[in-house]
Amino acid sequence: MARAVSNKTKTINTAIAGTIGFLMFFPILWIVVLSLKTEENAIRAPLEVLFSSDWTMESFSTVQARSDYFKHFSNSVIISLGSTFLGLLIAIPAAWSMAFVPSKHTKNVLMWMLSTKMLPPVGVLVPIYLLFRDFNLLDTRVGLTIVLMLINLPIIIWMLYTYFKEIPGEILEAARMDGATLREEVLYVLTPMAIPGMASTILLNIILAWNEAFWTLNLTAAKAAPLTAFITSYSSPEGLFYAKLSAASVMAIAPILIMGWFSQKQLVRGLTFGAVK
Amino acid sequence: MGRIELKQVQKKFSDIEVIPPLDLVVEDGEFVVFVGPSGCGKSTLLRLIAGLEDTTSGNIEIDGQDATDTPPAKRGLAMVFQSYALYPHMSVRKNIAFPMRMAKLSQDEQTKRINAAAAALNLTDYLDRKPGQLSGGQRQRVAIGRAIVREPAAFLFDEPLSNLDAALRVGMRMEISELHKKLDTTMIYVTHDQVEAMTMADKIVVLQAGVIEQVGSPLELYRTPRNKFVAGFIGSPKMNLIEGSEAQRFDAHTIGIRPEHLLVSKESGEWKGTVGVSEHLGSDTFLHVTVDGFAEPITVRASGEVDAYFGDTIYLTPNPDLIHKFGADGLRIS
Repeated sequence: MARAVSNKTKTINTAIAGTIGFLMFFPILWIVVLSLKTEENAIRAPLEVLFSSDWTMESFSTVQARSDYFKHFSNSVIISLGSTFLGLLIAIPAAWSMAFVPSKHTKNVLMWMLSTKMLPPVGVLVPIYLLFRDFNLLDTRVGLTIVLMLINLPIIIWMLYTYFKEIPGEILEAARMDGATLREEVLYVLTPMAIPGMASTILLNIILAWNEAFWTLNLTAAKAAPLTAFITSYSSPEGLFYAKLSAASVMAIAPILIMGWFSQKQLVRGLTFGAVK
Repeated sequence: MGRIELKQVQKKFSDIEVIPPLDLVVEDGEFVVFVGPSGCGKSTLLRLIAGLEDTTSGNIEIDGQDATDTPPAKRGLAMVFQSYALYPHMSVRKNIAFPMRMAKLSQDEQTKRINAAAAALNLTDYLDRKPGQLSGGQRQRVAIGRAIVREPAAFLFDEPLSNLDAALRVGMRMEISELHKKLDTTMIYVTHDQVEAMTMADKIVVLQAGVIEQVGSPLELYRTPRNKFVAGFIGSPKMNLIEGSEAQRFDAHTIGIRPEHLLVSKESGEWKGTVGVSEHLGSDTFLHVTVDGFAEPITVRASGEVDAYFGDTIYLTPNPDLIHKFGADGLRIS
């Protein structure tokens, strides 16, 4: 029998959930509101901000005029897609071997990889900065692509490993009996079967790379700076320009928000893959 | 051609010996069934022949050629798995074509073989469907189709019917037997179901704990089981094994009598007993009888209907020519 829930409880629960949801979403909403105000109105008390009637797109055009949005945008696209692609190239074979030919150390290796994610990034900033300097990778898209790939590699491998584990070994053995080489087995059998999982891995990784701020801010200056650097350039020592900062933020998060919105079904399916039958 | 010979083949998983060194010959065109309880190593043995597992020591020869280190695809064998192992993202046509695509066969030849296999297996109408849209029996036929088109030296079946329901299983059993007659190719079939073994095999290999207990035709195994294990494993319901003073009367440690070799009478007979559970199937009657002085109840299979129910006293007489005698070591005394 289904659990009995009274209408009253249902209403209360819905109200609580709705409130929490709204509170979580509020900062983003507020950024959108501020980005549509003049600089002068944006620093007023919240209620005044909301009810002043000077809605304007001025901040957006100022931001675009002052700094080249599309350059930063294309840097973000190249870095997030590039690091994801590079990561998959390494993660697919790694996850394959751990899922299908595990050794007694596989679990430890997986845990070790995950543990690197627990390390505070700032702890390795100096050595990585020096390496980048010596290899002439500072402020290059190649450098950022590599570092973001490395940062997210454990997550990609873990996710792919989980999806690969779900694929029955007999199917791969059948492919082996049918004469498929290892490359053909991965290409024609494993990859198509793992596509839902791979898609969510790719999506998640693009989002993580897109939003990554620590390395992108510390290792770039002008040439390779992605949208994260674009946002921070509006919180300057001369003072905060709320409207412009908000406009820049909206412009930076809009693409990934839209992408996330359209792919949320895929993302949720991917993240809970295997958890529910 | 498909003669397979195992010479002193041994398999260990780390330190555990799953299959002690073992010899076996499967002749060309034979239908051989590996049968035994779960965990007896029958599937491992099949996987060793397929090349999906590496032997720890010993040699596997296929048609006189040493194939011990040959990769699975190069052995010329085709395998049908318990879970069917179809490629879920490919249509039936593509599933069947896959091994030919890997072998880089011409498109014409592929089409020809797909159509022939589909016709033989009643799959013509389903060629464009995905495996997910098929029933269990159809999926199993696709798996067999995928094996047929390779024109292998031998077919390996790993419990192919255990995921099907009882009625379908009987049908598929006959289809596989017919296929064997038609193709005349060597088939090695693994099952834990002794009825499948008895009905399909030319030769049965009974395994226990990786050791071959007996090799022989179904009726050889039924008539002259080499030891108590085979005696109890082959035949359904299983043979009654009786120890103690009754066995000593026959100069044996244990005597065995099959349920169908006991005569039931309400008036007189050798053993007097009380009926426990009685199962009346119309064609047969199964009685579980507690006989005075015996440790275990005796199962009786009488043909037709027998008027005996719970609590009735009946007499049983074993057919003296069909009593099996075993020594203290479990081996048959001839």
